[in-house]
Amino acid sequence: MTADEFYDDEEEIDFSDLREQYEVKLEEGLDTFVVIDGLPKVPEDNKPKLVKFLVKKLQAVGSTKEDSVYMPMGEDGQSQGFAFVEYETATQAAQAVKKLNGLALDKRHTLAVNKLTDIERYGREGRIDEKYVEPEQEPFVEQEHLRSWIGDVRARDQFVLFRADTVGVYFNNKKDSPEMTVERQFWTESFVRWSPLGTFLTSLHPQGVQLWGGSSWKRMARFPHPAVYLVDFSPCEKYLVTWSNKPIVYQEGMPGLTPEEDGKTYIVWDVKTGKLLRSFPPIENAQEADKPPNMRKKIQWPLFKWTADDKYCARVTPGSSISVYETPSMVLLDKKSIKLEGVVDFEWSPYAPTEDEAKKVSGEQLLCYWTPEINNQTARVSLMAIPSKEIIRTRNLFSVSDCKLHWQSEGAYLCVKVDRHSKRGKSTFTSLEFFRIKEKNIPNEPIEIQDTVVNFAWEPKGDRFVLITTGELPPAGAAPAPPKTSVSFYAPEKTKSPPAGPFRLIRTIDKRNSNAIFWSPKGRFCIVATINSQSSHELEFWDFDFDGEKKESEKDLAANLQLIGTVEHYGVTDLEWDPSGRYVVSSSSMWKHTMENGYHMWDFKGNSLREDHIERFKQFAWRPRPPTMLSKEQQKQVRKNLREYSRQFDEDDLILESEASATIIEARRRLLEEWRAWRGKMERELEEEREDLGLPPAGADEEKEMEGATVIEEIVEEVIEEKEEEIA
Amino acid sequence: MRPILLQGHERALTQVKYNKDGDLLFSVSKDHVICVWYSQNGERLGTYNGHQGAVWTIDPNPSSTILASGGADNTIRLWDMKTGKLFKTWDFPTAVKRVEFTEDGMFVLGTTEERMGHLGTIVVFPVNPDIEGEQVNEPSLRIVCETKKKAVVAAWSYLGKYIIAGHEDGSVSQYDGKTGEQLLNVPVHERGMLIMDMQMSADKTYFITASKDKSAKIIDVKTLNILKKFETDTPLNTAAITAKKEFVILGGGQEAMNVTTTSARQGKFEARFYHKIFEDEIGRVRGHFGPLNTIAVHPAGVSYASGGEDGYVRLHHFDKGYFDFMYEVERTRAQH
Repeated sequence: MTADEFYDDEEEIDFSDLREQYEVKLEEGLDTFVVIDGLPKVPEDNKPKLVKFLVKKLQAVGSTKEDSVYMPMGEDGQSQGFAFVEYETATQAAQAVKKLNGLALDKRHTLAVNKLTDIERYGREGRIDEKYVEPEQEPFVEQEHLRSWIGDVRARDQFVLFRADTVGVYFNNKKDSPEMTVERQFWTESFVRWSPLGTFLTSLHPQGVQLWGGSSWKRMARFPHPAVYLVDFSPCEKYLVTWSNKPIVYQEGMPGLTPEEDGKTYIVWDVKTGKLLRSFPPIENAQEADKPPNMRKKIQWPLFKWTADDKYCARVTPGSSISVYETPSMVLLDKKSIKLEGVVDFEWSPYAPTEDEAKKVSGEQLLCYWTPEINNQTARVSLMAIPSKEIIRTRNLFSVSDCKLHWQSEGAYLCVKVDRHSKRGKSTFTSLEFFRIKEKNIPNEPIEIQDTVVNFAWEPKGDRFVLITTGELPPAGAAPAPPKTSVSFYAPEKTKSPPAGPFRLIRTIDKRNSNAIFWSPKGRFCIVATINSQSSHELEFWDFDFDGEKKESEKDLAANLQLIGTVEHYGVTDLEWDPSGRYVVSSSSMWKHTMENGYHMWDFKGNSLREDHIERFKQFAWRPRPPTMLSKEQQKQVRKNLREYSRQFDEDDLILESEASATIIEARRRLLEEWRAWRGKMERELEEEREDLGLPPAGADEEKEMEGATVIEEIVEEVIEEKEEEIA
Repeated sequence: MRPILLQGHERALTQVKYNKDGDLLFSVSKDHVICVWYSQNGERLGTYNGHQGAVWTIDPNPSSTILASGGADNTIRLWDMKTGKLFKTWDFPTAVKRVEFTEDGMFVLGTTEERMGHLGTIVVFPVNPDIEGEQVNEPSLRIVCETKKKAVVAAWSYLGKYIIAGHEDGSVSQYDGKTGEQLLNVPVHERGMLIMDMQMSADKTYFITASKDKSAKIIDVKTLNILKKFETDTPLNTAAITAKKEFVILGGGQEAMNVTTTSARQGKFEARFYHKIFEDEIGRVRGHFGPLNTIAVHPAGVSYASGGEDGYVRLHHFDKGYFDFMYEVERTRAQH
């Protein structure tokens, strides 16, 4: 955002509401008074009794006394149902308004407590129109299409780039420099983030979160959460969760917030309306609170986990319970948390059941959680159906140090990575517990790994996976060099019909430094990388369905694994596939280190497309795409005619290429002409000045020299042979 | 393009320069010695000994008879180029960072440092072309720079009409060559970013600056308008304009003080070739293992020399491919 735009923006803001709110209060000293309405009407005799009763109630929030209550009497000798009360301080009066307003005295009487100054301000005649005026309906304004980028003629994907203070959104042009759609300075204060379907770009500011979108990149929503630090969207982008490490200190006049939010750190918002749905205080964790701040566990993020259809959201209170909330009300399911002693973590299945499926328990939303060994009970992993809260599967586990829950992207499989220790606790190893959710009775299939598994990743929409293991982790502080790792690839055995066969190891590659796995969003291709490392920066591109000869030993497996490319990107810190799985960008962010920051774009085979070194480069993020709207049949049709389409695209690429080079040539020609023209002018001027000074033309010296340096050509002729021939 | 490695200095190079005929190459370094080499084969012809400190700058006069040098021993010295005899020394209160002859060799300018209460100055001396003759003792012109705005580099424009100076605050000034009156002052580089080098085009109507702000710029002598801009990813120490081809050569790299903390690939110790008109990077020449401090191009554009913090001069003769390289538009233009 340029400075000008920023100020323009400022001018458009209507400040009148703020002015009203912060209007200088002339009636100083009246702040300690409140007006109480809704009192029973009593005769003079009963008045002291009522006052006494009232004072008792009033003293709950601040100090006042019977003398400070003034209850005027009407002409009929009855009190009029209201009273004026003076508190000792203005804060107490404010508390009284906050706490006592709406307090029910009995069935017929409910207190209405207001500040005297408010009554003055709003209740005075003329301030508020007596007559009800129907609010004018705003004329309908056509909104910009929120997914306009999908309509790009060349079906290009967009990405956001954050460098120095500038954030920009660009179309990917493969080898050519990206096409800018918008670029603004100081668009965000900390980082940017796409919403999960790519509709909005999120920016963070000390005052809160803003969403931007549409073809003009205008502001779509504002969520005022002071000192916001982290944000998270629900999968369908209906809800937004914000978190700040500083509890909100509510002050009057904070836009969008109510006194309810005082002391809260989490807020759940409705994205469409911009309304605050519910706020939550920080989770109290007695164990953690005792530790010094730098020893405490990092906060768990995202804390609120959503089902794939945004219907429920849940969070864990470690050690005691999981709270499931229904949307959009954000009320606890069945009004209470699910008590689960010791519970550490949980994950929702990413599969969203259809409405028909959801009617049966077996088709409900699935939630997987695990509890450690506690009170003579073994550690266990359980699957719970929501909303029935029925536990449909559990498995007991032994010698567990930690568990990680990995759902396959369609919820067909669940892998529980169980870090276990030997009986003496000296050595550690991992077992992978697989659950086949879609099969009858949810069969379990364990795989024992002798080493520690440091990374695990499912193939998206597939049934293959990659894991990275390491031997014994060196004791803390001993070896600075990261330990060698091994990468293992797994696939199910081939079967004639579903379900897939048991998982088998395809291959293990030893003595690697790899630490990260990045599957293409469409599956099949996978990058095994070493990121955030000082010494090694390799990216390996693997194909799981290689179109070529297959090893005899792997003929029973539903995969043909082949390394198709190895590249290096010095200082790589992040890696991201584009939503189509055609391109992948590895980047080196100044947030991690300051050496050779920038990004590098590759195709899925590991061929380099573009390299861009950018000073103070911070972030690169592909814009996600919403799910396709084509039906299964239509998709099949596209796949069938792929050859036809690709021919068309190749042609388009060719045309584009020649067009692009034409513009470049044109620009160069212009530059060249400009330069020649300028040189010509300068040379003429110089000549004139020389002439004025009576000097010979500038070239004269050189010419003379050139004469002196003429190449003398000597031709030496030598007769080699002489022959006489008679021609008939 | 196989370079000739000139190993004659023991410390970091500060400047290299060809004479007007291009047959000689002069190099100066922090090791107090001035060397002269045959530019064709890199054979060392001799040295000029006498400076008592780092030599910062060197310039042969156009007729290749006199050599001017300036150094950290607060002197400008004039040498008989042929015999190596020192025949004139001008003393100053502070170090001399740049010397340069006018086109006709009748004047020499020098820039002096701002230090210990002395302001930075640009001085001009008339030079008697007769080596045996008398030389003046006092400058004919003395330009005093504002405090914190010393001239780091300076050069003569065509016909000695202007003196152009690059200042430590990143600005460039134009002074009248006769009176010393400041005519223009334009902020060219990022504020506070030192201008490290300034070299004139052959006809001295435009020049190139190299700055710590990682960019180099081509500027019109008359108006100080920026004509071209070359952005790089490393602080620049030097920039040269090539003759014959429309290129510029930029050199620089990681600050010498930071070199030990980063790997060689981080150093960016490469000579970078850019197209002068299109501002595109064309190629790089590796070889130095310290930042490049100075680059000079042969007046006929057949070779270039670079001097590095590593103490070496690398002399490169361009090969056929270099001369043949041409953009499509240039080729079509040339055919017409």
